[in-house]
Parts: sequence; C-alpha cells; structure tokens
Amino acid sequence: MMFTVAAIAILVALALAITRGILGPTVFDRALAANAVGSLAIMLLAVVGFLTGRPEFLDIGLTYGLLNMIGTLAVLKFFRHGDLAYDHEEDDA
Amino acid sequence: MALAVDILSWALILLGSFFTVVGAAGLVRMPDLFTRMHAASVIDTTGVGFLVLGMMLQAGLGLVTLKLFFILVLFFFAGPVVVHALAQAALHEKIEPQLALGGQRRDASADPIPGATKGRPS
Repeated sequence: MMFTVAAIAILVALALAITRGILGPTVFDRALAANAVGSLAIMLLAVVGFLTGRPEFLDIGLTYGLLNMIGTLAVLKFFRHGDLAYDHEEDDA
Repeated sequence: MALAVDILSWALILLGSFFTVVGAAGLVRMPDLFTRMHAASVIDTTGVGFLVLGMMLQAGLGLVTLKLFFILVLFFFAGPVVVHALAQAALHEKIEPQLALGGQRRDASADPIPGATKGRPS
C-alpha cells in the first residue's frame, strides 16, 4: 500500500520533470531534467521491486544510476567544449 | 515492535514521496536554471534519502538493505558532482543567475535578464 503511494508520487514527479525537459529553454535545463528523470527512474525501479516482491530490481537501479551520472557528464562536456576528447591545454589561449 | 517499524517506514516513505513531488514541482515552477538546480537537488537528497530509509526499514537486515545503502551512497556522491558540472558549464556559456535588483523582485516574463535565455536551443 505505502509503496503504491510512493510509486504514484514518483510518477507525478516524473511527469513534472519531463515537462521541464520539454519546456527547456536552454540545453542545461534539459540536461538537469534528464538527470532528474534518471534519479526518479532509479527510485521507481526500487519501489516497483518492493511492490512486486522482487528486490532484484535494485541491481538494475544501481547500474542505471552509474550510467545516468556518466551520461549527464558526457552531455555537459560535449556542450561545454563541443568535443568529448577535449584537451584543457587548448583553452589557455 | 514490528508495528512501530512499519509505522516509521510508512512515515519515512510518505515524507520521501512528498519531497519528491515538491522537488519536481520546483523544477517546473522555478524562474531560472540555478534555482531549478536547487529544486532538483531536493529530489536527490531528501526525496531519495527518506524513500530509501523507509525501504531499508521494510527490508530488514540483509543484502537488499546493503544494495539500498549503495544506492544512497551513489546519490550522495553523484548528485553534487553532476550539479556542479552543470553550473560550471552554464556559467561558461554566460548564463548568469537571475538576481533581485535594488531589493525588488524581478519579473522574469516582463524583463528577462540578457543572457538568461541564451545558450544553445534544443
């Protein structure tokens, strides 16, 4: 029962985060929204795992969390430097 | 004893759900990027924290609680790193925080700060 409440709350929060992702206006707002969607997806995985009595979903959540962080950082690095293979010594000029 | 643990985990999960929804509402309602980061951090700290603590109480001692603890540690370290990188990249793109000028609140829709909507679209 309480996990149903948590799942509904997380789904509402997901809808709001996706709204921010669609509205923008800058790419950083979208990256922030994507990161929030990732965090909420991890929590949804955990809650659904408890809801169905299969806590193995937590492993998927952990993996997804690591991928989420790396993905967000990669997108930010790309939009900041325009290149993933950025060499910081080029920036001194 | 079992009842007390149940009630406590109920309270923690409800509190976590509340903060999750509040953070997401802030993500939509806040006026500029930096305040939105603040709202997103509410999801990553209090929302996730209380939810995971509530689930830990439900799971009892065991492997599941250890995995939940790992998720908590992941959020504890990944959240600030991502938000810091985001703020740094945004400042690098000359997106300035929106400020109240002369003690008056700025109306974001009427008089946007130059650069507040800059940055690459899409």
